Amino acid sequence: MKPASFDYVRTATVDETVALLALHGDAAKLLAGGQSLVPLLNFRMLRPRLLVDINRVGELDFLRDDGAGGLSIGALTRHHALETDAKVAARFPVLAAAMAHVAHLAIRNKGTIGGSLSHADPAAELPMLALLLDAEIRTRTASGARAHAARDFFIGPLTTALQADELVTEIVLPALPAGTGWGFEEFSLRAGDFAFAAVAATVTLADGAVAEARLALMGVGETPLRLRELEAGLRGQRLSPQRIEDVAAAARAAVQPPSDLRASSDYRRQLVGALTERALSAAWRGAGGGA
Amino acid sequence: MSAPHRIAVTVNGVAYDRLVEPRLLLSDFLRQDLGLTGTHVGCEHGVCGACTVLIDGNSARACLSFAVQADGSRIDTVEGLGTITNLASLQAAFREHHALQCGFCTPGMLMTCVDLLQKYPLATDQAIRDGLSGNLCRCTGYENIVRAVRAVVAQRKAELDD
Repeated sequence: MKPASFDYVRTATVDETVALLALHGDAAKLLAGGQSLVPLLNFRMLRPRLLVDINRVGELDFLRDDGAGGLSIGALTRHHALETDAKVAARFPVLAAAMAHVAHLAIRNKGTIGGSLSHADPAAELPMLALLLDAEIRTRTASGARAHAARDFFIGPLTTALQADELVTEIVLPALPAGTGWGFEEFSLRAGDFAFAAVAATVTLADGAVAEARLALMGVGETPLRLRELEAGLRGQRLSPQRIEDVAAAARAAVQPPSDLRASSDYRRQLVGALTERALSAAWRGAGGGA
Repeated sequence: MSAPHRIAVTVNGVAYDRLVEPRLLLSDFLRQDLGLTGTHVGCEHGVCGACTVLIDGNSARACLSFAVQADGSRIDTVEGLGTITNLASLQAAFREHHALQCGFCTPGMLMTCVDLLQKYPLATDQAIRDGLSGNLCRCTGYENIVRAVRAVVAQRKAELDD
């Protein structure tokens, strides 16, 4: 399995990159970590005329405060950097926990957050975390800058709101309220395999009851999902084990996962229930919620 | 065919200057252009881990990278790890614990372990297994590979405690 022939350009700046995208459109593909793109090239499922290698666009490789307690993450930030960064661990421990599940070290060394979000695999952790954390995905084209809310970004399997001439530059994660509890639960056959299903939850309390809860799922639909109706129903509630079980049952009923060689739809639905129960319990306890 | 690019790379401490077609995978470059056949090629889509090498000190699948991208980089392959008369401690542990059968996965296992050992404490067998989960052994010799890594971790700990 060898890729078909292509031309190669290595860019040094965002301006240079978006100018090339404007010129070549669909015929060009961006090469970042390459951990999803290169298999597609090797299988010749993609045959771009031009690869634009952005690995040395230094201005896309950063991880800094957003100025309001959140984080601004450059599109070229590698998975392993997110996995180990102290600011990520302190402000978004749910993200740090999820990163340990992303593929294998050799892949995490190369893969980038911008690449993962652009690729939009429905069984990938980062799109789900972007959705959970209400990320803003900032982009550039030759004609200007845009910003996408994560909830409008993922349109279908491997399909996003990005245009062919658009480059993801930055992902902004707005701060979570102090004391937010979290849970992340994933099931796969081996560590690092694509998950059968995963659930992430956050819970923020006010006066011992839920002020805000978020529930995000992956691997069970064409895109990552937020269970917004269930989230709204949790507001103002105290989460007893029975109440959490009810939420898990509702989550199970809310999804229609695909069947494939590895797991049936029913099996995945059962998983969603079990993982939701664990993730939400952990988030509730982490936020300081009582039994 | 698209125009070749000139690249300069350092592989196992040796500098090379070569012309490469953009589509040439790093794995094929190492094996075919440089004759360094220690890096094995299994699945060619990033699943089996046999072609794992270090790029600028970090493990990576050589089949998911193009040689042209390596311009200016330092690559380390299994050939640079040790020699038959002077095995690296990791290689010696693999031999001691019978952690290789046919040997096909071994170069990728070794280069993966080099990076795992420099980045993680590997305090439990589960951590070792999780770390190795991206490398397939068709002989299913995993148990002995885990033993070898465990021995290196213990040896390292003993050295640190001294």
